[in-house]
Amino acid sequence: MKGLLRYAITRILLTIPMLFILLTIVFLVLRVMPGDPVSAMLGAHAPEKVIEQKKEELGLNKPIIVQYVNYLGQLARFDLGNSMVLKQRVSKPILEKLPATIELTLWGLFFTLLIGIPLGAYAANKRRTGRDFTIRLYGNIAYCIPVYWMGLMLQLIFGVWLKWLPVSGRTNPRMLSSAFSKTGFYLIDTLLAGNIRAFGDVAVHLLLPSLTLGIVLSGIFVRLTRANMLDVLKSDYILAARARGVSEKLVVYKHGLKNAFIPILTMLGLQFAMLLAGAVLTETTFSWPGMGRLLMERIYLRDYPTVQGVIVVFALMVSVISLLVDLLYAAIDPRVKY
Amino acid sequence: MEQPILEVKNLSIDYPISIGTVEAVRDVSFSLKEGESLGFVGESGCGKSTLGLSLLQLLRPPGQIVAGEMYYYGKDLLKMKAEEVRKLRGNNIAMVFQNPLTSLDPLYSIEDQFFETLKEHEPKITREEAAERAGKVLEDLSIDKDRLYEYPHQLSGGMRQRIMIGLGLILDPDLLIADEPTTSLDVIVEAGFIDLLARLKKEYNISLILISHNLGLVAEIADRIAVMYGGKLMEVGNAEDIFARPMHPYTEGLIGCVPNIKMDQEKLVSMPGSPPDLVNPPSGCRFSPRCPKVMDICTEKEPPLKTHKDGRQVACWLHDEAN
Ligand SMILES: Nc1ncnc2c1ncn2[C@@H]1O[C@H](COP(=O)(O)OP(=O)(O)O)[C@@H](O)[C@H]1O
Ligand SMILES: [Mg+2]
Repeated sequence: MKGLLRYAITRILLTIPMLFILLTIVFLVLRVMPGDPVSAMLGAHAPEKVIEQKKEELGLNKPIIVQYVNYLGQLARFDLGNSMVLKQRVSKPILEKLPATIELTLWGLFFTLLIGIPLGAYAANKRRTGRDFTIRLYGNIAYCIPVYWMGLMLQLIFGVWLKWLPVSGRTNPRMLSSAFSKTGFYLIDTLLAGNIRAFGDVAVHLLLPSLTLGIVLSGIFVRLTRANMLDVLKSDYILAARARGVSEKLVVYKHGLKNAFIPILTMLGLQFAMLLAGAVLTETTFSWPGMGRLLMERIYLRDYPTVQGVIVVFALMVSVISLLVDLLYAAIDPRVKY
Repeated sequence: MEQPILEVKNLSIDYPISIGTVEAVRDVSFSLKEGESLGFVGESGCGKSTLGLSLLQLLRPPGQIVAGEMYYYGKDLLKMKAEEVRKLRGNNIAMVFQNPLTSLDPLYSIEDQFFETLKEHEPKITREEAAERAGKVLEDLSIDKDRLYEYPHQLSGGMRQRIMIGLGLILDPDLLIADEPTTSLDVIVEAGFIDLLARLKKEYNISLILISHNLGLVAEIADRIAVMYGGKLMEVGNAEDIFARPMHPYTEGLIGCVPNIKMDQEKLVSMPGSPPDLVNPPSGCRFSPRCPKVMDICTEKEPPLKTHKDGRQVACWLHDEAN
């Protein structure tokens, strides 16, 4: 347990240099990109003097290196700073939008695994049959489809043609907002408020965007699970278990799938960044008021500190997930000790 | 006459692969009496493992039995339903494999693997009962009971091999098939292991099929020896007789390969050449291309497995009276 704690702390400390490099890149790219917050706010035809004054106010007239050092100093005090275009702290919109993104991402992940792992395992067990072929075809297609295209298709089918599911936002605008005020996780909030109708409404709104994410990312997990299962099912301990009269179901799902799950877990850690990227695109397609939408809006406005803040939070999420993945390893595999 | 525990008739097994068909086992017949131990010997690639796996219908894909019959106490194994075969595995016929390091699932404790094995055959058993029975078997194998709660990676290779045997014995089978059980052990552990196997065979009153490329090792424990080459039986007979008076040139070659401490190192011969390609096996006798005593007929016609006076069976034109 002590080893585990030490490991976790080391891991967290190790994310600092990674964050530093990431931030440096984002910081530079934002400033090299044409346009800046002042002209974004005041338009291209504002008088020179007003522009200069505004730039001074925001500290944009100082050399980049000075701006950079100041920003890092701020971060070291756990301060994300103020927005450059709105009169607000950067942390304010982030805290508002973060639950929406986490909710979407987690459900996306849920559908990814729910679709990907059983299909992959089943295909491996039925290898070289028609069903295996169909599942592999699905995996390859899902893997190749761009997220936004998938989102548009689902919107078209379930929203426009069948009219079964809503295609935008987190809730019906007519729902009472008092049900959503506690944690920002609407599913939890509506449950806490005991408002079943609102809960249903939120769930229905979540379905299409998280399914979009889930389907697109399930492709890689179908392929990975199938390949790993095939490998694992060839191993000696599987043959030995069969030779002891262990039934096919236990052999495949208890021994096979659990062993195949270890590399899947690795992939999960690696793919989480992809999942976030997918979430950003999905949010745009589904007008989902989350971090992705925030990021897009603020990039457009050249709101440097907010964009940087969102990136920091994304990076932290990725590190937390990869830490969780490592802890899961230790829980599943007795050979792993920290 | 007593019913044999196992009877195999004219068994042939193929692996259809992209470049052709591997004729891994051809026309093999043998029977095993209760309490007997039979050793299958031959170089690697001769079809020994394939034969062993087929008895439990555990051939790795694309392997398939293409001809022959197999009877366990007179019951036709090939006509059994999948569930019947599953129940037979471990409970009546157990098998242990070559590689103890990879034959235990690394994610489950030894206790779990014992419990699972018992539970699959005796659904009502409790964890405590299972642990008690597993503990007893471990004791017989001179392994401390506390080891039950460890994971495979915490145990040495020799210990894991003994645990594999323990898992094989836990359901009290009538027949144990051991496929190269000592190949990955070092020589010292190997010697002890053969003694252990001999003792367990008596204590648990089982019949034994021992598969090995090492004739010397098999001779230590087997009552009868079946020499396999290129998927076919070359010679079958009593262990002592075969050692004292090999009839097939391949058996002679194998005996020449047995390291003997008393023997001058210089004389240790290893047989030249390598086992045949089983996709395109040599015409005539499969051993003819390597045989030091090859005759014209050997490359033209396959010698049948003929039974001689003392019950010895040999497939070689040298010993065919008709020739
Ligand atoms: N799964 C498989 N697919 C194709 N060929 C195989 C397979 N398993 C074994 N063989 C072939 O069958 C022959 C016999 O192999 P095996 O039974 O393992 O021999 P042994 O145990 O005597 O070394 C070899 O030529 C081997 O290449
Ligand atoms: Mg073998």
